Amino acid sequence: MTQIVIIGAGECGARAAFALREKGFAGKIMFIGAEDHLPYERPPLSKDALLQGHAPKLVSEAERYEAAGITVLTGISAESIDPAAKVVRLSDGRSQPYDQLLLTTGARPRPFPGLSGACQRIRTLRTHGDAVAIRAALQPGRHLAIIGGGFIGLELAAAARKLGARVTLVEGLPRILSRGVPEELAAVVAERHKAEGVEIHCGAKIRSLQEDSEGVSVLFEDDSTLDADLIVVGIGAIPNVELARDAGLAIDNGIAVDTHLRTSAPDIFAAGDCCSFPLAHYAGRRLRLEAWRNAQEQGQLAAANLLGAGEAITAVPWFWSDQYDLTLQIAGIADGAAQTVRREVADGAFILFHLDAGGRLIAASGIGPGNTVARDIRLAEMMIAAGIHPDPAALAAPAIKLKTLLAA
Amino acid sequence: MSNWVEVCATGEIDEEDVIRFDHDGKTFAVYRSPDDRFFATDGLCTHEKVHLADGLVMDDIIECPKHNGRFSYMTGEAKGAPVCVDLKTYPVKVEDGSVFISLG
Repeated sequence: MTQIVIIGAGECGARAAFALREKGFAGKIMFIGAEDHLPYERPPLSKDALLQGHAPKLVSEAERYEAAGITVLTGISAESIDPAAKVVRLSDGRSQPYDQLLLTTGARPRPFPGLSGACQRIRTLRTHGDAVAIRAALQPGRHLAIIGGGFIGLELAAAARKLGARVTLVEGLPRILSRGVPEELAAVVAERHKAEGVEIHCGAKIRSLQEDSEGVSVLFEDDSTLDADLIVVGIGAIPNVELARDAGLAIDNGIAVDTHLRTSAPDIFAAGDCCSFPLAHYAGRRLRLEAWRNAQEQGQLAAANLLGAGEAITAVPWFWSDQYDLTLQIAGIADGAAQTVRREVADGAFILFHLDAGGRLIAASGIGPGNTVARDIRLAEMMIAAGIHPDPAALAAPAIKLKTLLAA
Repeated sequence: MSNWVEVCATGEIDEEDVIRFDHDGKTFAVYRSPDDRFFATDGLCTHEKVHLADGLVMDDIIECPKHNGRFSYMTGEAKGAPVCVDLKTYPVKVEDGSVFISLG
């Protein structure tokens, strides 16, 4: 019987496993993950889970895997792949043969440079266990220092303020959210955090982070220090490529896959946070995308292609962040925009449309309370995928429905 | 016996669009299809309780604004990940230029 093995039990792998069944695959599916939990949703970890401290929200309940005939091994990692023999060696000593292999190994937090050993009060946030440990340390009046003004750090800052902790956020670059978020939106986010009592220091030059029996400190190059009860480092993620690299697969800022999510080895695919792929709509530029929807979509696409569908990646990058009652959503890649058009939406929300030199819509980014920008960002995403060259004046006019521009 | 509740005038919902309707402590989503028929479902996505009326209507599909879960608003059927639980639907009628939904 044909056997498909999936390594890495997160959102992406789970979607792939179920999609294989939905598409009619009748062989064996073995799904292997190093964490002790069944795959769970990671987006809440820096938001609701932190506030409420509840159990992880599973992507699917155990009964659904059972009903679909998916064998899930938790708490077991893959140690090596032999692509010639088509065997994976697992941490419990067994050798697991495969006909086809899917790598959904994800990413891990980038550690702070020079920080060694296991620190109790200098942490990162990626897993449910991380969220539980951070929440336990965030009592009212405690001081949390966050290193990095990206989505993880900012969402954590918002959650920590709601829990009553004092929060200082330290960013090395001149502004927060400099990777992928336009300055106009980042300014709204920064203002909101300041209004909620978060201290933000940009352009900070950190010399080191220290932990001793008294607490933790951030030491700056100008010899100043910042004392705290807990430091959380949120300075990006590193793709988990070691397994693939050691098996001789091509690596290029992630496990390199082609437009069908195939790696350089026969019968091995990769998807989600761990892989870099040629991006449609942007001249095939190679990108690695650490985003929830990408994990879902690539998991489903990998399943289709494991079964020989030969479907190419066509998705437009899309992601969101929730902080306080604000939601930010971005579709597309704004790099290289020649023109930006602002559209006012209700309740102080706004959307920026980014057009290239030829007038093609390449990205849209919006921010507002709740889901005020969601519908228009979704329409913008469809316009980007369709390669539309919208009239900038129409984009800026709130009275003109975006749907009419999509049809044009 | 049906309990018909008036939602709004038909003209208050655009074709291929949706509005939110709150009644008696519950929230609903009321739709007008591209072929000018009206439908109603529970107002919150079955995945994470997000108001579907902020989402996008495309043909017979409502897409959740938060995580893109899709449902047929005509039948309530969940169309795949991340949504797996169907939406409850409600009978709708149009009388004298107004939309009514039946709350049983």
